[in-house]
Amino acid sequence: MKKDLRIGLLFALPWILGFIIFLAYPVLASLYYSFTNFSILREPSYVGADNYAELASDTVFHKALINTLIYAVGAVPLSTVVAIGLAMLLNTKVKGMSYYRTIFFLPSLVPMVALGTLFLWIFNGDYGLLNEGIRAANLEPPNWLGDPAWSKSTLMLISMWGCGQAMVIYLAGLQNVPVSLYEAADLDGAKLGKKIWNVTLPMLSPVILFNVVMGIIGALQVFAVPYVMFPGGAPARSTYFIASYLFDNAFQYQRMGYASAVGWVMFIITLVLTLLALKISDRHVHYETE
Amino acid sequence: MGKRKQIQTALTHVALILLSVVFALPLLWMLSTSLKPISETLTTPPKWIPTEVMWSNYPDAINYNSKQLGYIPFLVYMRNTVVVTILCIVGSVTSNALVAYSFSRLRWAGRDAFFGLTVATMMIPFPVLMVPTFTLFRYLGWVGSFKPLWVPAFFASAFSIFLLRQFFRTIPMELSEAAKLDGCSEFRIFTDVIVPLAKPALMVVALFTFMGSWNDFLGPLIYLVDQNTFTLALGLSAYQTQHGGTPWNLLMAATLLVILPILIVFFFAQKLFIQGIATSGFK
Repeated sequence: MKKDLRIGLLFALPWILGFIIFLAYPVLASLYYSFTNFSILREPSYVGADNYAELASDTVFHKALINTLIYAVGAVPLSTVVAIGLAMLLNTKVKGMSYYRTIFFLPSLVPMVALGTLFLWIFNGDYGLLNEGIRAANLEPPNWLGDPAWSKSTLMLISMWGCGQAMVIYLAGLQNVPVSLYEAADLDGAKLGKKIWNVTLPMLSPVILFNVVMGIIGALQVFAVPYVMFPGGAPARSTYFIASYLFDNAFQYQRMGYASAVGWVMFIITLVLTLLALKISDRHVHYETE
Repeated sequence: MGKRKQIQTALTHVALILLSVVFALPLLWMLSTSLKPISETLTTPPKWIPTEVMWSNYPDAINYNSKQLGYIPFLVYMRNTVVVTILCIVGSVTSNALVAYSFSRLRWAGRDAFFGLTVATMMIPFPVLMVPTFTLFRYLGWVGSFKPLWVPAFFASAFSIFLLRQFFRTIPMELSEAAKLDGCSEFRIFTDVIVPLAKPALMVVALFTFMGSWNDFLGPLIYLVDQNTFTLALGLSAYQTQHGGTPWNLLMAATLLVILPILIVFFFAQKLFIQGIATSGFK
């Protein structure tokens, strides 16, 4: 018994250390820092809940928070619908499926910074490919990058372009749906829409839950693409997100205590939204009992 | 009924073709731009095929001399990225394999509770950890070096542990028991029985680590100071955040060079990639 424990812990040692050094310690330390005034040049000094009180009335933070929530509310459902749609199309077993799959999947492999660079070029208001296309259709193109009303939509569209990984997970989920269920639905004379609604989506619901939760967690941390495409959260701070504000406080303004408070608010929002997603899913997610 | 099925198939094809155009266009446009002379980058209507294919854009992008930034050492960025990525892969595969072995094939008190806790940590947003981790590495005097980027890889990660554990559990316990009867130590069983069988899963972890490390932007942004230590992701952003000056054809060539290694790896390991991602979504 003792020996088992020793060997088990020995194998798990890298993670036990990693867990303590790179997770437990930083989480607790950042909680402590969030109650201090602290920078590289100055030791942490306890200031009580001052940082949180300041956050409550910090208009830049509010802006960043609202931007982040708007982005998440737009990007997560958009990517989810597109990823499920693509997966369903691929699951029809048409010819050339593996080629299509590669085409849809590839963009999700493009590094964030490369993604930002590429889309600066394509979404450019004056000479970008997208607006050339829109003008060719005789429509008035928006200023994707320069207009605060469009900048967040630009980022949502870009996130949709990278939905390939979720698509692959959905596709695997779809392939696990027993054919017999569809056959039964056919016998009942169910139309395609009904089959999707009553068979496919319920069977896929655990996978949807997984992807949506991961999507929410990712969207709340959005950082690299806006950092590259919209320096300083331009235009008019419309692309300034919580992670951008946290980064600037920690590494530009030397306010690490304040940055930690921002981080903890972000953490709590992530937790609440995740739990909310799990709670809502309780009623709608169908787990197969084995 | 048959006719209806035909229409459905036709519609599916039309939708797939239209969507693949939408998904493929940005990458094709990048390729097209990267091969154009500068005079053809801003034409209306856009020109897809350059009159003259400028392969020289690629060496020019690698040796680009920016007005604001001076010479951009692209090949140095490439070397730095390769060094960091290789160290991350080695660290991640060894540490995660050991830990996943412990979580799936060894029995010890508190194992499952600890594993549950491990999975739960995947919800912690990275930015929350950023300040204390930075302070720690600063204390160690590692800021400005590569160490903050690769050392953590040697301490396993929740996601990879989870992925490997799923796989290790599918290997029959009888194999381990037989090896034990032959007098193998737990470590021998790990190296001689489990690791060879788990090669595909370990490859998946290697691939994901490769991707994560090659793409990492925030880490280098925080920890790297000197331009000669920059990785590609950071270097590429320097090319263009302060651009205005950088010609689009060279910028696209540089961007493509950053993506290329990933595309190459993907085409050789497509099956593993897809399977790895697919399994990450279950339980």
